Amino acid sequence: MKSPLESLPLFHIGPIPITQAVVTTWAIMLLLVVGAFLLTRRLELIPGRRQAALELLVDTLDTQIRETTGARPAPYRAFSGTLFLFILAANWSSLVPGAEPPTAQLETDAALAVLVFLSVIWFGVRSRGVKGYLKSFAAPNPVMIPLNMLESFTRTFSMFVRLFGNVMSGVFIIGIIASLAGLLVPIPLMALELLTGLVQAYIFAVLAMVFITAAVGDHAHHRNRQDAETDGLLPATEESASPPTERDS
Amino acid sequence: MDYPSVASIFCAAFAVAFGAIGPALAEGRSVAAAMDAIARQPEAANTISRTLFVGLAMIETTAIYCLVIALLLLFANPLLN
Repeated sequence: MKSPLESLPLFHIGPIPITQAVVTTWAIMLLLVVGAFLLTRRLELIPGRRQAALELLVDTLDTQIRETTGARPAPYRAFSGTLFLFILAANWSSLVPGAEPPTAQLETDAALAVLVFLSVIWFGVRSRGVKGYLKSFAAPNPVMIPLNMLESFTRTFSMFVRLFGNVMSGVFIIGIIASLAGLLVPIPLMALELLTGLVQAYIFAVLAMVFITAAVGDHAHHRNRQDAETDGLLPATEESASPPTERDS
Repeated sequence: MDYPSVASIFCAAFAVAFGAIGPALAEGRSVAAAMDAIARQPEAANTISRTLFVGLAMIETTAIYCLVIALLLLFANPLLN
């Protein structure tokens, strides 16, 4: 049986081997970029069907970002939304016959996790400055510095292994079942795999957002909250601070 | 088939089998707690289920680690070659 940990090159460009996962990734990138470009031409004030569907998507992403982190979604929408859409498209690319999801390979997931690691640093430095960001490692007290540094690596590693393990195990199990039972039997498992793909894409994007807003810190959070209140997006603080009323028992 | 490869096959099976017990119990507990919370406060169902999903993913990671260890033992064992 083919090892899930290694990938065979399809062809070579110069000295660089190109695997199937890379080709699938290129196809997804092309699809997303061209699709986003074509769908956002001629935006109007009163949306048609196509634009309403797009606005629904963007609005859902915004709501999720706002509710998960309490921050204003605008600075993070591009990164987090792209992560979500790309991983979702990659996980669901197993629907295309012959294609294997690129997220079932180690390299793609490692690249995505490194992207999150770097963007945490970037957003943190941008919001607090280099000194402030480094100071955040000594958060409760300086004894925690090694642990905090270790944590920033291990959580990236666990994001990577989580995405890889989930998607790869799905592909692996479907392969085993298909070799045992053949026609129609793997279909329920494939449906389950679609659900897993959606949940994993969601979790990856949400965890990236959580790490980023943890690095950005509290002061940005308060400012964003006030902005949201003045925009009427969030209820006023007094109202939300009141305890939930006890239900009649 | 020599002794180290047999041992690594058994160890892979044990890693997945016993590694799945802890996360299974933990996920059961957390889902039960979330159901309880939703039953008490249905209007908070959105927040609870979102937090539940993230928490479940965190818990699941331990089982996934075991799976990766098992795959390393089976397909990329450094001791065999």
